[in-house]
Amino acid sequence: MWFQVAGTLCNLTCRHCFISCSPTNHNHELMSRAEVRRYLDEARSLGVNDYYFTGGEPFLNREILEILEDALAAGPATVLTNATLLTPGRAGALAALERASRYSLEVRVSLDGPSAESNDPIRGEGSFDATMGGIAALAAAGLHPIVTVARTWSDAQDQAAREEFHRFLRAHGLSRPRVKVLPLFLVGREVERTHGYPAEAMLTQEHMRGHDPWLLQCSTSRMVTSRGVMVCPILIDAPDARMGRTLRESLRAHPLGHGACHTCWETGATCRN
Amino acid sequence: MPELTVRTGAMTVRNGGAFDGAIAVLGGVYSNHVALLAALHDARLRGAERFFCLGDLGGFGPNPGLVYPILEEFGVETIAGNYDRSLAERMADCGCGYTHPADNEFARRSYDYTNRRTTDGERAWLQALPGGLRLTRGGRRWLLCHGSPRRINEFLWESSTSDPFLARVLREAEADQVLCTHTGLHWQRPLPGGARLVNVGAVGRPANDGRPEVWYAYFAAASEEAEFVPVRYDHESLAREMEAEGLPPEFAETIRTGWWTTCLEILPAKERARGIH
Repeated sequence: MWFQVAGTLCNLTCRHCFISCSPTNHNHELMSRAEVRRYLDEARSLGVNDYYFTGGEPFLNREILEILEDALAAGPATVLTNATLLTPGRAGALAALERASRYSLEVRVSLDGPSAESNDPIRGEGSFDATMGGIAALAAAGLHPIVTVARTWSDAQDQAAREEFHRFLRAHGLSRPRVKVLPLFLVGREVERTHGYPAEAMLTQEHMRGHDPWLLQCSTSRMVTSRGVMVCPILIDAPDARMGRTLRESLRAHPLGHGACHTCWETGATCRN
Repeated sequence: MPELTVRTGAMTVRNGGAFDGAIAVLGGVYSNHVALLAALHDARLRGAERFFCLGDLGGFGPNPGLVYPILEEFGVETIAGNYDRSLAERMADCGCGYTHPADNEFARRSYDYTNRRTTDGERAWLQALPGGLRLTRGGRRWLLCHGSPRRINEFLWESSTSDPFLARVLREAEADQVLCTHTGLHWQRPLPGGARLVNVGAVGRPANDGRPEVWYAYFAAASEEAEFVPVRYDHESLAREMEAEGLPPEFAETIRTGWWTTCLEILPAKERARGIH
């Protein structure tokens, strides 16, 4: 189960952001601890396994540490961050939460290149240095973050790019480098950076023949925002994404009617760790 | 013992009848025939009357054909793992889906090796394995599976599996107790309401704890709580055999040191932090 805990508010304005987050995007608002708690209670009663917290930038939410503490009482939790606001104090608080829980707390840090030259044109001037500062704070606190990279390279470069990230992170003090690569979704601000989906990028019955539906994230998860329960983290701004006010109302099928659905099908991508 | 076979969902489940005596349950053999034999001898000495294996017979270790006669000698009741399914269906790769390129290369080398050395007869034997097994013990409904009751390749790690989720999965599987493997790390958890999940770990590879022993689960007569048993075996001879077969030196290193060296990215934060790589 996912929470858009910082809404669409972010201190960065990444050029590939699939939900166009920025310091001024209020499409989805910050969620309060009380609001998240109500959903956690419902999730527990339905037997949900794990919890993800994203935005926007979750550390813009003043209650994020308390929210993570509540989630870790219910199950494993992951927070997705650009790490630019992770001071040593906050990293230490995350490490303390992780130690206090019998469940894992994963910290996922977004970074799109192993240098300012490769990262900052996508994520913004100065973001590389700020993110690396956050990663260093996490490492110093004894955490092992997962670095998430949007795939901006070709098939031919794939292996080399992944290996480069591992080497780079090891050289920057992560003793157990962990890297997750996500495909680009051609929605949100990415449409302006490159282009949107062509009309033919649409799933049909033919695509789904012999395809294991389990591999599609929407078969086993939902996203909660300040506006209700959405089908998935990618499509929160799609007109048909909202499935209800409660999790229970969202426990039904949803048409795979978006170009982004084609990306999940084609790449086997999941927003999970 | 009744040999009734029923199908629930996509999984063929064998009915193992009612049995309250001592049992031993092993998982993840990974072609480690030396440890498999040592574990079964150990379990027999302890008094186990029935032996169960939760699958993944091949991969990682050397000379995959050597495990079949051992399973037969002890009458081990075996269910299929994802690796066994891949071999039985002659799939091109193990479908492990690792994220690090080096891990995929290790997986490919070890699958190609195991696939080449698996005979048609062994494939037919693997093909006939059930996907699960039900037992009744002390009036409780036990389900033995490979990954989870709902997926042969679902990982149930201790730190990334919540109580409410397990309670639901067990309820949906109509089981009071589930035994699984697939992750290679052993753990168990009693659940509110009296149910229990036991991951029996792996007998083929050490538990990423810096000791070369491997682990299996022993259940004393009438007991629902697993005793996790460390098995010492001649790991040096296995490591040498792996080297002689041209398997990756990283695999032999794990056998010697007890630390995992490959395929680490699937580990959740807590399990990853316990290892050294």
